[in-house]
Amino acid sequence: MKISLHVNSRPVEAEVEPRLLLVHFLRERLRLTGTHIGCDTSQCGACTVHLDGCAVKSCTLLAVQADGCEVITIEGLAPEGTLHPLQAAFQEHHALQCGFCTPGIVMVAHGLLGRDSAPGEAEIRAALEGNRCRCTGYQNIVDAIRCACERVREGT
Amino acid sequence: MSAGPPAAPVGARLPRLEDPRLVSGRGCFVDDLQLPGMLHLDILRSPHAHARIHAIDAAAARALPGVAAVYTGTGLAQFLRVLPSAGGMEGFNAPEHHALAIERVRFVGEGVAAVLATDRYVARDARELIRVSYEVLPAVADPEAALAPDAPLLHEALGTNRAFEMRIGSDVREALERAAHVVRGRFVNQRIVPNTMETRGAVAHFEPWDERLTVWLSTQAPHLMRREFARFLAFPEHRLRVIAPDVGGAFGAKNNPYAEELLAAALALKHRAPVKWIEERQEHMLVTSHARAQTVELHAGVREDGTLLALHYRLVADMGAYYHAITHIGPMMTAALMTGAYRIPYAATDIVSVFTNTTPTDPYRGFGRAEAAYFIERTMDLIARELGLDAVELRRRNLIRRDEFPFATPTGHVHESGDFQLCLERALERFDYEGARREQARLRATGRCIGIGLTTHAWRAGFPSVPGGKGYVISGWEKTSVSIDPGGTVRAVIGTSPHGQGIVTTTAQIVAGELRIAPRDVRIIHGDTDAVTQGNGTMGSRSLVVGGSATLLAARQLRDKAVRLAAHLLRVPAERVTLEAGVFSDCGDPARRVTLAAVAAHAFAGPQDLPEGLEPGLEATAFFEAPNFTSCFGTHACVVEVEPQTGEVRILRYVAVDDIGRAINPMIVEGQLHGGLAQGIGQALMEEASYDAAGQPLAASFLDYATPRATDLPRFEVELTETPSTVNPLGARGIGEAGTVAAPPAVVNAVLDALAPLGVRHLDMPLTPHKVWRAIREADA
Ligand code: FES
Ligand code: FES
Repeated sequence: MKISLHVNSRPVEAEVEPRLLLVHFLRERLRLTGTHIGCDTSQCGACTVHLDGCAVKSCTLLAVQADGCEVITIEGLAPEGTLHPLQAAFQEHHALQCGFCTPGIVMVAHGLLGRDSAPGEAEIRAALEGNRCRCTGYQNIVDAIRCACERVREGT
Repeated sequence: MSAGPPAAPVGARLPRLEDPRLVSGRGCFVDDLQLPGMLHLDILRSPHAHARIHAIDAAAARALPGVAAVYTGTGLAQFLRVLPSAGGMEGFNAPEHHALAIERVRFVGEGVAAVLATDRYVARDARELIRVSYEVLPAVADPEAALAPDAPLLHEALGTNRAFEMRIGSDVREALERAAHVVRGRFVNQRIVPNTMETRGAVAHFEPWDERLTVWLSTQAPHLMRREFARFLAFPEHRLRVIAPDVGGAFGAKNNPYAEELLAAALALKHRAPVKWIEERQEHMLVTSHARAQTVELHAGVREDGTLLALHYRLVADMGAYYHAITHIGPMMTAALMTGAYRIPYAATDIVSVFTNTTPTDPYRGFGRAEAAYFIERTMDLIARELGLDAVELRRRNLIRRDEFPFATPTGHVHESGDFQLCLERALERFDYEGARREQARLRATGRCIGIGLTTHAWRAGFPSVPGGKGYVISGWEKTSVSIDPGGTVRAVIGTSPHGQGIVTTTAQIVAGELRIAPRDVRIIHGDTDAVTQGNGTMGSRSLVVGGSATLLAARQLRDKAVRLAAHLLRVPAERVTLEAGVFSDCGDPARRVTLAAVAAHAFAGPQDLPEGLEPGLEATAFFEAPNFTSCFGTHACVVEVEPQTGEVRILRYVAVDDIGRAINPMIVEGQLHGGLAQGIGQALMEEASYDAAGQPLAASFLDYATPRATDLPRFEVELTETPSTVNPLGARGIGEAGTVAAPPAVVNAVLDALAPLGVRHLDMPLTPHKVWRAIREADA
């Protein structure tokens, strides 16, 4: 099937098998390998991208379902060579260790940033319910997200 | 903090140099590699715990367009060796283990057939077309049951399900008879799954023109893998290159030369095409090493005053269906550390290791030491309760005192140094133990079910080499080379293989500290056996204590040479040369100066103008091996609340005080503690790889195996003490495993403290709501 969509603001057209998962399309056809695969039951969130502004698990969608949509992946969050305030906060707060879960968590956090400018600890933890990190214990992730939200709110 | 020059790199909370790439999706993990003409490997796995394979029909799979080949165990045996394992140990029963099962499968998930295809979807289609006819055999998943005389036999050639038996420790019988009290118990440290967020994977590629095989592996020990792959493939080691790219967590589970990765390499050689294998999560649950799976029956002899006299364990260790790389070490390590932080004059463990129809076990963060800490810390609480003593008071009476180090235990471990009381007293103060007990009493009176638990744990990191070691040998040394190019680039080539521990940053801090430069100006090379010729890898909390020490020594040697060169250039004696911010100067005349970069350039450019006896170049290599394990210790204390109506456990407060010896980057150290605590709490409350009696796994995906999520965990209050270690030049102690060592007993002790008034004496992990609720109901009845 032929699909056309925007990925990180660039137009993309492709011929895909109907069963091709969006995550495989992004990783293997477009070589956007920052979106990871951590499970096969839609539970880890490592594959999270934005589809028309909503955080979705790209392992749970077919590439054809993204036809006509706007997809943002971790690579599209900030101009090449720069860090989005969220990404910078992750580094400052040591919110990643192996970094495998990180792109998915950053994409979820980015969704939160858009919705709630001052989320509290419990809200942030609840927002991360669909993500699993095995390395960090989450505390520094929560702190990083809270700090990024503050900065974005203050416009710094 | 003073303004002016940047703070000393060592001890700074420096943001990690690793992060910008990873946080922006520019990391490179194994599955991110794509080579032209690459074939995808997929494995068909046994649905039975124990069965004879009668026939495998792969005709339909082979006929599928895009399928390059289908292999079975018998087919592979014609050109492949058996898998490497602990088999070489003397007195051990060692079953043969093949990359794919031959004639018989012995656990659910064991590989039965392998498909190679041009695309991962096609490989999967083909896998589903393979028909296997099995004769199902009786299976045994419980290690105690596997010891029964009439139990189904896994390996007929061995004639027994016993893997090995061993006694470690002193004679205890007489001391136990003498003791005023003998406390008995049985504790299970349940089987769990490492669940790295990146599953395992490999890409193997053979280049015919120079006959070189390159294997990109999600591993924590590329050099060990190079050795084991060469052995397995009968391929010259010097033509083999192993690369650990970014690795998404390992926790001990990526230290085994697994069937699938070896097969990918073997088939890349055979087919002269790149081969990729990526583990699925459900496969990870079935075939990546499981962990823990130890049970002890204990007898603790206690004197009238509450001091321990003797401790005996009968330890049953579940090996799974086969050995993985160092499966057998787990129970030995548990036995060696069975006395924990305490002075117990007589102690022994009788180990019985057993094969069962389950996934093989192997290291997982805290290997052997987490089990030991769990058993002894639970034992301490049990004793306290039976003797009517406060848990803290009992520990105070038994802790090894700071003037008693080095302290040799009856089970052959030497605590090299320490200050166990320091951590205990710091933690009690921070936690406000007395206040917490008062608050508990107050809340209990209002009907709330509150518990307080603590541990005064002691474990060990940075293993030394075992002389004459047999089987799968991991040496204790580590190596670092530090160099400065003529162009001024500072490089450290390290033999450890970090994958989340922040060792790139920490190493840069150590080198920068010695050379008085900025950490970001140090390039760290690791993980590629062509660039790093020797090393042992990242495991057992050794990367800093051993690897970091090698780095320190190499950097010092390099600096010494640079100082001599600088002195020569400044025409002053070396004693007069100081180094600050990358510039050497004459302390008598600070205006006379030369930069480190200029010194480096001179080391290469001016061989005819070098001080007497000095070679050209600026490079130093150091190997470091510690004379003993580094002692690690701390005190954790937590408060939990149990909801009696639902059995739910909530951690209200968690305080961790651990001794780090010397913190190079406290932020990273705290992160290591957080992560370990999360995994330890996961084991305490929710994780279990259980099997039914027929050997069917009951938790084989994230649907039924719970790892902690953000909402499951409390905020951690972490504090570090610094009592220098005596067995490495950094004075550092390991921290990577502290959380998994300490959190399970701390949390379980707290929950059982909460349940004590209800009459619950002991519960085995995980303390799931259902288990807790049932215990409350039963105690009530
Ligand atoms: S890979 Fe999509 S949720 Fe795990
Ligand atoms: S940082 Fe490793 S899984 Fe989250």
